[in-house]
Amino acid sequence: MTQLALVIDLNVCVGCHACVTNCKQWNTSGAAGALTDCNPYEAEPNGTFFNRVQTFEVGSYPNTETVHFPKSCLHCEDPPCVPVCPTGASYKRKSDGIVLVDYDKCIGCKYCSWACPYGVREFDEQRKVMTKCTLCVDRIYDQKLPEAERKPSCVLACPPGARLFGDVHDPDSEVSVAIRERGGYALMPEAGTRPANHYLPRRKQTLTIRDEELYRSDNPHKIDGAPFDLDLPPTNEELN
Amino acid sequence: MRPAFSVLFLTTLIGAGQGLFIALFFCELLASASLSPGFFVGGSVLVLILSSLGGIASVFHLGHPERAWRAMTMWRTSWLAREGIALPAFMAAVFAYGFAHWTGFGHTLAIGITAVVLSVALFICTAMIYAAIKVLKEWAHPLTLVNFVVLGCASGTTLAAAWAGFTAPNLMPELALAAFVLTALGLLTRSISLLRNARLSPASTLQTAIGIRHPKIVQKSQGAMGGSYNTREFFHGKSPAFVRGVLLMLVFCTFVLPLSLVLTLPLLAFVLQYAGLLAERWYFFAEARHPQNLYYQGNS
Repeated sequence: MTQLALVIDLNVCVGCHACVTNCKQWNTSGAAGALTDCNPYEAEPNGTFFNRVQTFEVGSYPNTETVHFPKSCLHCEDPPCVPVCPTGASYKRKSDGIVLVDYDKCIGCKYCSWACPYGVREFDEQRKVMTKCTLCVDRIYDQKLPEAERKPSCVLACPPGARLFGDVHDPDSEVSVAIRERGGYALMPEAGTRPANHYLPRRKQTLTIRDEELYRSDNPHKIDGAPFDLDLPPTNEELN
Repeated sequence: MRPAFSVLFLTTLIGAGQGLFIALFFCELLASASLSPGFFVGGSVLVLILSSLGGIASVFHLGHPERAWRAMTMWRTSWLAREGIALPAFMAAVFAYGFAHWTGFGHTLAIGITAVVLSVALFICTAMIYAAIKVLKEWAHPLTLVNFVVLGCASGTTLAAAWAGFTAPNLMPELALAAFVLTALGLLTRSISLLRNARLSPASTLQTAIGIRHPKIVQKSQGAMGGSYNTREFFHGKSPAFVRGVLLMLVFCTFVLPLSLVLTLPLLAFVLQYAGLLAERWYFFAEARHPQNLYYQGNS
């Protein structure tokens, strides 16, 4: 059984919102219709998004860390939003585990959004239906796209590569390895929803810069105006 | 949770209708000899008016009311779909009951017991819509079901006493007494759930919501400037003073005033109790703290 999912590395995410923008661009341009924007250029801009990046500050000054937290549907293996739907518009695909909404069946009762503990479903105020992340189901299987582009828009957009996409039921997939080897975890495990999406935690990282790295002439970290230290070992360029 | 007004009207109107029907049926069961068909026909019409108004109110909750018929399809898993079936079934049975009384068709007890069973089924479906949402601990409890049944029966029986005041005065004292007992029972069960909900500790915290185990986490950005569906649907946005005011109205209009008035002025008691039940349902929504709100504690 395939279960497609995203794995998001919080240690890498820089909070640039490129995933949000590319998600919106792709999903507002598709056959399912535009994602609403209300007052986009006015005082209270708001609209429908499948993906948002939130920012949290962890710790007390001066020992704080800024954590950017991308938030979208987790495609739970036991999704509480699906059984409550009275029309069957909300469903989980058996073939790949993606949780989807059939916009032609949705009556807009919002019951599914009440059942979801994560608040990742958004009611579209113009289309009057419930919307959510589709894992870009309309592009990941598109044979007309080059194989490298058959990924969700957010994954393709992420500049530092904080978003991984794959089958979490395949133990050898990139995402399964990342979850296993880099401490991947699920959100709100107490809710019993078994999210397919996982997050990779922040890690302690140190970067050691030795003096000679600052003084070497070809190093971009060179301190302007500092004397060139002849005692340092020669650089590769000087050797060649 | 933000109280959904169409749902407040739906649940209180059909609850009163179901309670009224159950009261009518017990009147027939225990004292049919002294009653005219008009009492039952008019009572059934009242039940149908209340449940139709509730049904109409529910339509305003939907984004696509023209597709409402689809809401009956997933009855195997969804309590909302089950309610969508139980409500028209109950109304059909009540119509048949009133029609049988009006035409003298007979079999009214058999039709009545069917409608009572459907009424109870409808109570269960309506309450389970809320009680089945596991992540809302305030709702996911048998007390939700108990309160929907008791408060529906209390308001319905108060209305039955008022109706008997016009059409069957000899029954009014007994019905008013039953309404008094049911309202007192409602005061007890709702108080228990209010106390329980006030003492609940949430299962999820910001730490489990984003998976960072640090005691001090402050949200700096919600990822949206002008709010979102998440900030509109899951926060009632009223001041603590307003919420306390609603709680006072809940206690006085639903319980205290009807208890003091029902034995003498049941119609006034019903009007007050209905207004109180709207406050009760408003508070029912407002006191439910959705775990998704953990992601929206920051200001911007």
